[in-house]
Amino acid sequence: MYVAVKGGEKAILNSHRLIAETRRGNPDVPEISAEQIAEQLGLAVDRVMAEGSIYDRGLAALAIKQAQGDLVEAIFLLRAYRTTLPRFANAQPVDTARMLVRRRISAAYKDIPGGQVLGPTYDYTHRLLDFALAAETGVGTPEAAEAEEPLDPHMPRVAEILDEEGLVEREHTDGQEAAVFDLTREPMSFPAGRDQRLQNLARGDEGFLLALGYSVQRGYGGNHPFAGEIRMGEVSVEIVPEELGFAIDIGDVVVTECQMINQFTGSKDTPPQFTRGYGLAFGHNERKVMAMALVDRALRARELGETAAYPAQDEEFVLYHADNVEASGFVSHLKLPHYVDFQAELNLIRKLRREHEERHRKEAAE
Amino acid sequence: MTAQPKGPADPNAERARWMAVLARATRHELEAAWQGLGARPPYAFLRQPEIGLVMVRGRAGGTGSPFNFGEMTVTRCTVRLEDGRVGHCYAAGRDKRKAELAALFDALMQGGEAARLQETVIAPIARRVAEQRRRVSRKAAATKVDFFTLVRGDNPQ
Repeated sequence: MYVAVKGGEKAILNSHRLIAETRRGNPDVPEISAEQIAEQLGLAVDRVMAEGSIYDRGLAALAIKQAQGDLVEAIFLLRAYRTTLPRFANAQPVDTARMLVRRRISAAYKDIPGGQVLGPTYDYTHRLLDFALAAETGVGTPEAAEAEEPLDPHMPRVAEILDEEGLVEREHTDGQEAAVFDLTREPMSFPAGRDQRLQNLARGDEGFLLALGYSVQRGYGGNHPFAGEIRMGEVSVEIVPEELGFAIDIGDVVVTECQMINQFTGSKDTPPQFTRGYGLAFGHNERKVMAMALVDRALRARELGETAAYPAQDEEFVLYHADNVEASGFVSHLKLPHYVDFQAELNLIRKLRREHEERHRKEAAE
Repeated sequence: MTAQPKGPADPNAERARWMAVLARATRHELEAAWQGLGARPPYAFLRQPEIGLVMVRGRAGGTGSPFNFGEMTVTRCTVRLEDGRVGHCYAAGRDKRKAELAALFDALMQGGEAARLQETVIAPIARRVAEQRRRVSRKAAATKVDFFTLVRGDNPQ
């Protein structure tokens, strides 16, 4: 029997009104602006830009406001908005060696050229709630200290220092500059190239990657690396518009980059050396890029001749489950009406139970 | 601010330099400069200001093969002055009026006014951007660690 059900329009409209009122909260409290979110909840904005996969602070802040602070929902909103815009160009790869550095640390080398630059970080705070931030008078306008001189513009990557001695595997371009895999235009395919994996991880859910990275460190992937370098700051983006035919610089994006260095015992053809895992994301997203670098290295098991025995090394498992828009879509669809499916299952269970009971009765009678 | 100089004689390199400055200008800076022009030239749109995306790429390990890591919003615009000069703008963000004004200054910079506009419009914006970057860097530099070695009591003298 097929029963078409229609209805609920009024309920849905009223639910929209109710969520609008709920989102606004107590009207005696001033409404928050997207600009305030962009300025004062900057790390939430950074996460939404990275996983929403669009660099635009204003749009990400609006999405956070609209989603009432639900970041996964905000990421979904940004991804949906993306589909309304044309793509003008693919940029030249950004050069992170020429970053305007705001933060740059290495856990492998103490005395790196350019120095250890802590930048804006919560790493050395006590993690005690600061009630001054809740005071009615507010925090005023805190001012950062300024050094006499800016940083040394020459900030070589730590991997390049090791590279000079040949102790770390080299990362060279394979010359396939034109054919870069693009998940927004091509379906996932396996075995996946590093470009496909890195794009997937850069958009991937921070929580999922964090858990996988953690599993790798705890032995489910056998890597306990060094944070060779983490750097954060602005890089410029260049494109070559067809009508101009030469490269122009269209502005800056803030990115965070992580280079993990892992031990590698070598193989028949390769002497022992360090291997690398790489993380890169929009905004200040340190936990994300560290997790990404751990998982990137784990996913290189096949190419490095390691046995892929753990979840973090299984590229189909990782790549198919990293995207939180797809994941929350599939989990959330369980909320949609499944009345007919459920009716069918209900009938089946009743029938099976009847058969079960009859069997028991017969057995008892015999 | 990293358009690669390709030699002083390369007109494209010079143009790329001022386009990089215009891309980082605020709408307010360009509006003030436009209103400050003695005679504002008539112009037509070859391409109306339009918002779109650019796919940003990185390199595996920083130096390896490229990969796509996310898109950014960009606004572009193309204008033509009555004397035929064509100006383009591609700038990060979603400010249509800014893209229009930046395209106008790109067109104006390709003529006799270039030296004067370089001095009155481009250079001041470039200085403001450079000063902002310098401040960012000085604040970061204030958080640079100075390591010092503690002398241990049991160290041989």
